[in-house]
Amino acid sequence: MFFILNKGGFSFFDQREMKMRKTKTPSRLEKVLAAGHLAVTSECGPPRGSDPAVIIKKAEMIKDHVDAINVTDNQTAMTRLCSLASVIHLKAMGLEPVLQMVVRDRNRIALQSDILGAASFDINNILCLSGDHQKFGDCPDAQNVYDIDSMQLIRMARHMRDEGKFVGGDDINRPPRMFVGAAANPFADPFEIRVSRLAKKIEAGAEFIQTQCIYNLDKFELWLKQARERGLHEKAFILAGITPMKSAGMARYMKNRVPGMDVPDELIKRLSSVPPKKQPEEGIHICVETIERLKEVEGVSGFHIMAIEWEERVPEIVERSGLYPRPKTG
Amino acid sequence: MIVADLKPIREIAESIASFKKVTVIACGGCVSVCLTGGARSAEVLARDLSHPRHYKKRPPTFDTETIQRQCEKDFVAAYLKVPHDTDAILSMACGAGVQTLAETFGELPVIPALNTSFLGSLDEPGIWREKCQGCGNCVLAFTGGICPVTRCAKHLLNGPCGGSSNGKCEISKDVDCAWQLIIDRLKALGRLDDYEKIFPIKDWSSDRGGGPRTMGISRVRDQESPAP
Repeated sequence: MFFILNKGGFSFFDQREMKMRKTKTPSRLEKVLAAGHLAVTSECGPPRGSDPAVIIKKAEMIKDHVDAINVTDNQTAMTRLCSLASVIHLKAMGLEPVLQMVVRDRNRIALQSDILGAASFDINNILCLSGDHQKFGDCPDAQNVYDIDSMQLIRMARHMRDEGKFVGGDDINRPPRMFVGAAANPFADPFEIRVSRLAKKIEAGAEFIQTQCIYNLDKFELWLKQARERGLHEKAFILAGITPMKSAGMARYMKNRVPGMDVPDELIKRLSSVPPKKQPEEGIHICVETIERLKEVEGVSGFHIMAIEWEERVPEIVERSGLYPRPKTG
Repeated sequence: MIVADLKPIREIAESIASFKKVTVIACGGCVSVCLTGGARSAEVLARDLSHPRHYKKRPPTFDTETIQRQCEKDFVAAYLKVPHDTDAILSMACGAGVQTLAETFGELPVIPALNTSFLGSLDEPGIWREKCQGCGNCVLAFTGGICPVTRCAKHLLNGPCGGSSNGKCEISKDVDCAWQLIIDRLKALGRLDDYEKIFPIKDWSSDRGGGPRTMGISRVRDQESPAP
């Protein structure tokens, strides 16, 4: 591994035998990854209203520091402006969106229809998710759909792209050309099948993986080691999920209340050890240290920085982690 | 079996307040197991509903009857005796039983006293748990005898989701993660390798989405193998 001096900072160049891979889609994210760069993605949560300025403002804050921007799909089952309309706003700004789609609210007809709708605006990335149970949101009385699961959505999106066919078998006129991604949570239970589950998602067709927020680095590295032993890091690009903590209170909340989150006590202790006013800074330090450590780990192809309602700090995190400037792609 | 729960007394009282004479009809089938069952449960309900505090005007008077299976139309028509002055029936059966009574006694209002809950089994004394949704396309052979359609809150066929924690589901610490159970069971059976098989998109046309389902006895007979 070596560094190339760029104006304004160090840029990362990866020599981990990451050969230039052939791309299959017009996705800018895919190009960056295929060229062997450590990719940086981030996310914007749409507003609970119809004002597009909210998402546009968030995107403006981060656009020069990331390769692609995920837009969440009614995350935590709270009703929001839809991810499809939001990614169209980002596309109109000339940005590279990742359309997040959960299978909680739509059946296979609606999902395929929305994929085509996104493709009609040349949205070139999709992240396939199960979605949080509606119990956590503003409509706990709602029916859920789950006609298909996230694994099957991955396969369906690939089928639509690669075979040019609907799941019902008919031909698609101008099939979608999406780079297909999935989430992975190395920290959920049972741990023993977490790598098998990753293998299964890759087998289903996932080409990039964005992980759950990583706080327990040892456990993440163990998971990744097991994934490497099966060569999974060569079959899909794994982007490590990073969320800066704003306070010790947030860390405790994430530990105790957010399903599938692994927040070690040492991290809470470290945040608590500084005065409340300085805790946000400490959170950013931890975040940068995490990226610095994981940059060196074989199998990490980039970072997915989820700064929840804290988008303004993303540029600083990217710069301090030596991930700026972002590579130019055609 | 079908598991049902008694509706709140206030709700039942509201729905029968305008009648003078109500016949409470218990069912001796599935729901009698999870309630106290039979004639006794009908009498207890009639007594509770007789209390004037539930009504603004005079409470209805009550009769009670029991029939073994309210979901069999011929059985109900042949054996159920409803007093001639009854002006409403309060059924203590599952939804199928309530509808069978409504079809049989076309001129009488039939009101449910129960909320039909699920198809389940008695797991421990006094605790029934849902086990089957009657999806019409059983997957138990592939999932170690544990149904993800019913027991996973997202009915994931390729689970678990990221919300599985210490063997529990993200919706509640009181709910087992179905996929943890499936994985434990596959492991016990020496079949954990099967976990990596991707379950294809399921045909739900035999589930409720395909419309009301019918099964004819002729179809069952057709499928029986011929005698040797």
